[in-house]
Amino acid sequence: MSVHAIEDTGSIYGLMAEFETAGDLVAAARKTREAGFRKFDAFSPFPIHDLDEAMDLHDNRVSLFTLIGGLIGCCGGFGLASWVEAVALPLNIGGRPYISAPMYIPITFECTVLIGGLTAAISMFIMNGLPSPYHPVFNVERFTDASRNKFFLCIESEDPNFDRELTAGFLESLGSEEIAEVAR
Amino acid sequence: MAQPVELPSKIEVGPVIDEGHSLASLSDKIAGIVLKRKITLGWVFGFLIAFGVMQALLAGATWLFVKGVGIWGINIPVGWGFAIVNFVWWIGIGHAGTLISAILLLLNQSWRNAINRFAEAMTIFAVLCAGMFPVLHTGRPWLAYWLLPYPNTMWLWPQFRSPLVWDVFAVSTYLTISAVFWYVGLVPDFATLRDSAKQRWKAFAFGFLSMGWRNSARHWQRYEKAALLLAGLSTPLVLSVHTVVSFDFAVAMLPGWHTTIFPPYFVAGAIYSGFAMVLTLMIPARRFYGLEDVVTMRHLNNMAKLTLTTGLIVGYGYMMEAFFGYYSADIYEKFMIWNRMTGPYAPFYWTLIFCNVITPNFLWFKQIRTRPLVLWCISIVVNIGMWLERFVIVITSLHRDFLPSSWGMYWPTVWDWAIYLGTLGFFMTCIFLFIRALPMITIFELRMLLPGARVKEPVAQ
Repeated sequence: MSVHAIEDTGSIYGLMAEFETAGDLVAAARKTREAGFRKFDAFSPFPIHDLDEAMDLHDNRVSLFTLIGGLIGCCGGFGLASWVEAVALPLNIGGRPYISAPMYIPITFECTVLIGGLTAAISMFIMNGLPSPYHPVFNVERFTDASRNKFFLCIESEDPNFDRELTAGFLESLGSEEIAEVAR
Repeated sequence: MAQPVELPSKIEVGPVIDEGHSLASLSDKIAGIVLKRKITLGWVFGFLIAFGVMQALLAGATWLFVKGVGIWGINIPVGWGFAIVNFVWWIGIGHAGTLISAILLLLNQSWRNAINRFAEAMTIFAVLCAGMFPVLHTGRPWLAYWLLPYPNTMWLWPQFRSPLVWDVFAVSTYLTISAVFWYVGLVPDFATLRDSAKQRWKAFAFGFLSMGWRNSARHWQRYEKAALLLAGLSTPLVLSVHTVVSFDFAVAMLPGWHTTIFPPYFVAGAIYSGFAMVLTLMIPARRFYGLEDVVTMRHLNNMAKLTLTTGLIVGYGYMMEAFFGYYSADIYEKFMIWNRMTGPYAPFYWTLIFCNVITPNFLWFKQIRTRPLVLWCISIVVNIGMWLERFVIVITSLHRDFLPSSWGMYWPTVWDWAIYLGTLGFFMTCIFLFIRALPMITIFELRMLLPGARVKEPVAQ
């Protein structure tokens, strides 16, 4: 087996190892983390929950933003209805209260869901750095299979433990058959 | 999105995915429908019919804009005709999509993975059809933005205590969130199409739509969280939408509309008609595109069971309406229900009872639930039945006013029919385009159902 070296001898983005099964990828990711690497990423054609634990991923900020968005929608919806009916266009109909809270619940609810849902989607894309028109991992030819049936692990050269030869050897020891250098 | 749940074999009708599929074969099969499959004569034929029927909408809407709502059959006392009937019918159809994509996700029903994309697409197209009707019904569609709260020189605002304003918020939120949820679900599949595409322009188009998705584990983790949150928010949303639609009726002090059973009864009816529409579309689609191995008998069987369940709830609703009419001891309530059953629109009522109370009971039998052709015929009957239900609720409640001097009749005109059939054409046109342009089955969620997706870590040496 050999490492697919790239012609450019300057700096590379990282080293990419290919795996056949989800189990191999999870095991490899766990060992990579245990070996002290932090700047690495795993790629799989579907979400693998065991990876979250193996790579110690627990980013809950999307939930937090959604909560904040939902609360803004909730207060905004109720506030809008109350302000319109009590301040902007108060109509006295049979002496009924201007702020008739039960009647504003549907508006409040719909605004909560609208702003909360939009925040969930938009914050997920922003936190993931999407849209991203270019990314070095796509320079690896075989990487297109990451969206089909193959599993990949990429250790970035930014990682302080990274060494072009030693890390390639490490990836080999994880049982990968195909290792490639990733051009920037 | 968890591992498939093993069900006891007693209730099992075949697997969720036929054996023999691997990660590669599944991806290639579904992506291949969009990328490789030639456009067949059958598709062109179907599309042209749908597109032709859609022209009735163009004609109907144009004449409506020229002349006003007088071209419809509506008048006093029946001021709500086809427009409201069709609005409620279409929006109800959409509900099955959100039920499948959100509620069944929260309930961990992994069989939903194969049908959820298709059902969600159906939701969006149905809500688009629904949304047209209130706007056309205003008579001055170019002023429809008056429905929204915005600062204007007249310093006028919508009345936030009115269910009609709630409707504007509910339907527009529903459309927005459904579209966002759909797009979020499509992003990883766009990446698959981008990577499998042979032609450059296709790779570019799908790459653009995929936003550069690269299947990273760090992305998947946030992605799944966002999908779960969207499902959690959509679940009460879908229940609220038809509840609010039912408030349009229930809040009015009109016999036949003013009942507390309306919200649950409308929601059940919506899901009932929605599942019927999913069956109507999915049975031919799986047949023509050879998807019997991923949309299996198990799916049809489960959807038929849900149709039966919600159909029974709807039947209970009809029973309670009749009982309330009798038990209220109110002369108008009693007359309304009697008039519904024996009055000039009685044939509509009894056809509706046949379609929605008698027909779904055939679904008790497994032999019927597992015969696609029979199931398809039942789904058509259910669609017709649910349309009649809305017709009966809207028209029979209005046409006999409190004073006999203001009684009247409602019959749709050719323009009512043109616009209704036109939206059917619009809906089918969208479905035909969707089948060709986007993966009609969620590829990445189906992958999770494969045996190869189970994580078996090798034992450390």
